[in-house]
Amino acid sequence: MSENHPKHAAGEHGRPDHKDPHHPSPAEEETAAVVSVDTAGGAMEPSAVPATAQSGQLPGGPDTLLRRIFTGSGMVSVLAVLLALIIGGLLIASTDKQVATTATYFFARPTDFLSAVWTAATRSYIALFQGSVFNPRGNSVAAQFAPFMETLTIATPLITAGLGVALAFRAGLFNIGAQGQIIVAGILAAWVGFALNLPLGLHLLLVLVAGIIGGALWGGLVGVLKARTGAHEVILTIMFNYIALYFLRYLLNTPAFQRPGESNPISPILDATAVYPQIFGSQYRLHLGFILAIGATVLVWWLLNRSTLGFEFRAVGANPKAAQTAGINVSRSTILVMAIAGGLAGMSGVAQVAGTEKVLTDGVAATYGFDAITVALLGRSTPWGTFAAGLLFGAFRAGAVQMQIQTGTPIDIVLVVQSLIVLFIAAPPLVRAVFGLNPRRKKPARAAKSRQAATTGGAA
Amino acid sequence: MVRVLKLELRGITKRFGTLLANDHIDVVVEPGQIHCLLGENGAGKSTLMNVLYGLYEPSEGDILIDDKPVSFRGPGDAMAAGIGMVHQHFMLVPVFTVAENVALGAEPTKAAGFLNLDETRRRIKEISDQYGFDVDPDALVEDLPVGVQQRVEIIKALVRNAKVLILDEPTAVLTPQETDELLDIMRQLKSGGTSIVFISHKLREVKEVSDTITVIRRGKVVGSAEPSAPTTDLASMMVGRAVNLTLDKAPAKPQEKTFEVRDLTVIAPNGQHVVDGLSFDIARGEILAIAGVQGNGQTELTEAILGLQERVSGSVQLDGKELLGRSVKEVLQAGVGFVPEDRKVDGLVGTFSVAENLVLDLYDKPPFAKGISMSPAKVLENAKARIGEFDVRTPSAAAAAGTLSGGNQQKVVMARELSRPLRLFIASQPTRGVDVGSIEFLHRRIVSERDQGTPVMIISTELDEVMELADRIAVLYKGRLVGVVPAGTSRDTLGLMMAGIPPEEHAHTSQAGPATATTTASTPDAEGDDYV
Amino acid sequence: MSTTVSSPRPGTPQPAGTDNGTATMSAKPVGWKTPVLLTAFGLIALVFFGLLAPNQTASFGISTSEDFFQLPALAVNAFAGGLVLSILLLGLAGYAVYLKTKGRPAPGWLTITFIVLFVAAFLIWVVGGARTPTISLAGLIAGSVTLAVPLVFGSLSGVLCERVGVVNIAIEGQLLGGAFTAAIVASMTQNPFIGLLAAAVAGAVVSMVLALFSIKYLVNQIIVGVVLNVLVSGVTGFLFSTVMQANKAQFNSPPGLDIIEIPVLSSIPVIGPILFRQSLVGYLMYIAVLVVWVGLFKTRWGLRVRAVGEHPQAADTMGINVNATRFWNVTLGGAVAGIGGSFFTLVAIDSFTKEISGGRGFIALAALIFGRWNPIGAFFAALLFGFADNLQSIVTIIGTPVPSQFMAMLPYLVTVLAVAGLVGRSRGPAASGIPYVKG
Repeated sequence: MSENHPKHAAGEHGRPDHKDPHHPSPAEEETAAVVSVDTAGGAMEPSAVPATAQSGQLPGGPDTLLRRIFTGSGMVSVLAVLLALIIGGLLIASTDKQVATTATYFFARPTDFLSAVWTAATRSYIALFQGSVFNPRGNSVAAQFAPFMETLTIATPLITAGLGVALAFRAGLFNIGAQGQIIVAGILAAWVGFALNLPLGLHLLLVLVAGIIGGALWGGLVGVLKARTGAHEVILTIMFNYIALYFLRYLLNTPAFQRPGESNPISPILDATAVYPQIFGSQYRLHLGFILAIGATVLVWWLLNRSTLGFEFRAVGANPKAAQTAGINVSRSTILVMAIAGGLAGMSGVAQVAGTEKVLTDGVAATYGFDAITVALLGRSTPWGTFAAGLLFGAFRAGAVQMQIQTGTPIDIVLVVQSLIVLFIAAPPLVRAVFGLNPRRKKPARAAKSRQAATTGGAA
Repeated sequence: MVRVLKLELRGITKRFGTLLANDHIDVVVEPGQIHCLLGENGAGKSTLMNVLYGLYEPSEGDILIDDKPVSFRGPGDAMAAGIGMVHQHFMLVPVFTVAENVALGAEPTKAAGFLNLDETRRRIKEISDQYGFDVDPDALVEDLPVGVQQRVEIIKALVRNAKVLILDEPTAVLTPQETDELLDIMRQLKSGGTSIVFISHKLREVKEVSDTITVIRRGKVVGSAEPSAPTTDLASMMVGRAVNLTLDKAPAKPQEKTFEVRDLTVIAPNGQHVVDGLSFDIARGEILAIAGVQGNGQTELTEAILGLQERVSGSVQLDGKELLGRSVKEVLQAGVGFVPEDRKVDGLVGTFSVAENLVLDLYDKPPFAKGISMSPAKVLENAKARIGEFDVRTPSAAAAAGTLSGGNQQKVVMARELSRPLRLFIASQPTRGVDVGSIEFLHRRIVSERDQGTPVMIISTELDEVMELADRIAVLYKGRLVGVVPAGTSRDTLGLMMAGIPPEEHAHTSQAGPATATTTASTPDAEGDDYV
Repeated sequence: MSTTVSSPRPGTPQPAGTDNGTATMSAKPVGWKTPVLLTAFGLIALVFFGLLAPNQTASFGISTSEDFFQLPALAVNAFAGGLVLSILLLGLAGYAVYLKTKGRPAPGWLTITFIVLFVAAFLIWVVGGARTPTISLAGLIAGSVTLAVPLVFGSLSGVLCERVGVVNIAIEGQLLGGAFTAAIVASMTQNPFIGLLAAAVAGAVVSMVLALFSIKYLVNQIIVGVVLNVLVSGVTGFLFSTVMQANKAQFNSPPGLDIIEIPVLSSIPVIGPILFRQSLVGYLMYIAVLVVWVGLFKTRWGLRVRAVGEHPQAADTMGINVNATRFWNVTLGGAVAGIGGSFFTLVAIDSFTKEISGGRGFIALAALIFGRWNPIGAFFAALLFGFADNLQSIVTIIGTPVPSQFMAMLPYLVTVLAVAGLVGRSRGPAASGIPYVKG
């Protein structure tokens, strides 16, 4: 019987290659292959960056365009967002009164129930859209586009902090510390902003520099501790977030930071010379910080893909031992990456105190530092991906406010959708399974089967 | 009392995606035999055994025990059927004791799942005494020498009443003397009724101990042979063509000595002197090979030269300049080319493109970078040139290096290191896990680097590679130099040196003791070099 | 040709060491870190708690009125006490230095004694400098234990997960999920015990998501953990705003778990309230610590769990299903953390509010590391952090010069010091964080 089987000449497929002891079973072949490239055969922890994103050049494979669209990361990202929105919608519907009412007579008239579910979910999402992109009920063009400007404003700190997290990811470091870096940057920037009296231009520049330095120091300190003592950066950054927060709370109760005559922990308003100018005039909150965020994105792209420093970072991130053997100073890279990441998060702190809020409170970082992690993950740790993800989550945040006012749907739904998106994007096989397309796994199997059928005369 | 078991593999096929690792393999292991699976690295032997041990599910084919087909859903089933396996990389939990490791998976317990290891300890002592293993059940595995760890693995199988014992490349990590002891143990086990499947690519051991030999090449059985078959026949069956095992290489023309190591000592984090007072030198136009069993300080020696070790003393001078205390980057800039022993871990960034890997230690030098700005065009240009020059088989320069075969990965590393003017070339295990065609190519490149007047240092645990490439041979044992001997030194002498016995003492040690075994084994095999 | 011939040792040849080519990165010798850090802290103690201490008497009440016999309050002169203790601390540091010069590491008891004495010196200094230099030591410790309850459960969850090879950053989410579910289920059923059970289920569900994504889909475990925290925060926040606030009586007024006093024993000074005057969750905490410790180190289950966490492939070849072991252990860990979460809504406060766990999951994570992945160690580390938390509120009341924010910062600072080397070479399970791909 064995003669009937199609012979795969070994030469045709290359020599079976066995130096790697970790052989994926066929069912897990795809994920496993990526992981084993990712982890040098399990010797290292898997990184946050997909293997294909670690090389500087675009991975030019033999994939056809069509297959890339349907199985590639782009399609998965879109489907992940869709799936997360559907689940979020179901959550909204599940607490909707109309839905609950119609559910009581579900078996009598199921259409009522279904339309109630549809209304509940879409009503919220329409409000979300109107609050983040375009509001047709605005009484002027300017007012109609106000939501979009608000989206960009909120996206600004998300983008820069997200870039910081993404950059660290690329260098193999989990920077959970954007929150603390934003806070320390906010402290320094705000102090320069309200305590010093400087001429226009110089003042703002100094605010920016102080913020970036603050973030860079806070991030760099983690880098130093990691490089010198081998302590894990995840633990360090989490702890540093809390240290920064309590330090800020302490400062806001001291005369140096507390607004005179105020018992609440709030700082004086920053000088007019120390705040970002508003790009489209005073009608929108959108400020210069957004332009700087675009600049930061370009800079990080260049740094990662076109500079020797970025080459070092990526090499250290993908395989620190090989990087070290090639003469790259891993400790230096670690410190530098964390400092730059901190500096980028610091820009978010500046955007907050010198742009959006114009004062320092203990809510200066809001949840931007944590959101930045999801932003970087959604952006697959590439600079422009992070930029786009920042815009998307900025839109969610901006729209959620409007949604809550219009439909009473709590802002927390944004957290749900946001985290679901990241979970789904991290697990492409799950998303493909949900939408019933797993071509990569099925195609070769089907092809093999049909070939077999041809040789065995359909006996199989 | 002793139940003897017949094992048969019928038409075993194993695919990994499009990769065909085993292609309709038929093997019959008769009861009470030592059956050898002979084949090159990567021929598919380990995959086959993992199928047999229940770790992989076969794509096709059957396993029969005493002529009845069985199916294993996991190693548990295989063990229950009387099959035990000693893996090439030991499957021992380092922070557990010997008893805990042996008990794992079949733990004797008291009530409520509480461990009761007394029974396990007793069994370990029993087996240990029977075979003269000298294993303490309460020792931590991480504190044990490799040879003893291997015995723990064998005990694990025997405690589970294994009737067929699979030994996967068991001698790779052993000294020649430890190897001989292992072969003795195998014979003892056989006489006790245990069948053994012995996986190896080392002809000398195979010929010495086997009853039957099955040769596997590229995932297929290419034939079987008697242990008495001539070495060259076995070698060519294994490799698939008549093998020319000697390298055409002109005699060395050593010039001045430009590389000098004096009293080099490396202290490990645990305080052990892993390299201990080494002194040697290499002349331009000469290859010095460092021989020795794996784990005798070779890794630390190269790392110390390169600047990767922290606690180092002594002196390493290249062209009169001191290298110790300098950073890796400075050492590389001084003209040192370095091929690390484990290319996947130290030599390549698997997820980087071939092009990027080809500039991994040159990325910040012109023409690839101006200041901190890199030029992708120049990187690509360089890649195309190197890929052509070294015949690297890759879909494109942008392909991830991790997707290439072992030989092609090694070519990438070698191409990178040889692409700049060198003052010293160090290659550690230059052909480990590399296919035969690439081995020849890589060896020729190493020799041609020598002929250009570069001092070359080769570190290899394969005695054959050492004998083939070296102009002089230095042997390391426990971090010390046992001696430096000329190229033509006999295999026996080198084998004894690898066990720590310096050449001048061989006269009387070879009269008595286990060393004699080596003497009888190998002399006529000079032509079988590559695989012995 | 120069040849250095070693003194040969014929006989049993053994390769020196194992192949460490693939050993972990950054294996730098830690050597001097512990002695130097201890000395630094000894000096800090000497200067601040000794030389700069106020010449005031700090008084520590030991007995409470409920105790069946009264012990006199402990009165210590802050200056003298600080001086004596800091000299003892420097003595310990000196001994560590001495050991180091002999090439030996500082033993575990030394670090622990150092920490205890340092805390004592600190306490005397804080209380001695207060406006009313009197506190109840018994109350302080009892309060610490109470505050430590969710931390202990959280860190036990971490132990269970990491020992089997899965990093659990989602402790915070498990606590929060447990707190929410306990509140809503106890409110609806008007039965706190069902609420407690539901909390365990909720924690387990959060853990199952962690397990599913990290084991089946091989997503990086830290990422899943971080994202799960956000997800749980979002879901509980959403349901709090929509369901609980709409009908507080029906959905957010859980009956509490009462304090169960064990007669007589609970009246023993100091120890009584700690061990014998606890809620059901408090007693469960002690049981859980013991059960997890015994389970991990004395039973078949524990041996297998640790094998999977240290060397999954070895476990696999011995017929242990690695991924199933991981899945169920992580699930169990979640259930434990969920019970810890119920403490917030069934014991501490009588209703759920947003983010009620307030970052304690991360302190639990810190306790796990500070306790070196050992249930007992994690328990004491959690107690220490609970102590710091409690001290923070007490110093605000008695009016000390130390800002309460710095007290709040303490657990995090201590953790940074711990991971940076004060606890010495703390080594987690070898395979923690690495997914197991069969074959």
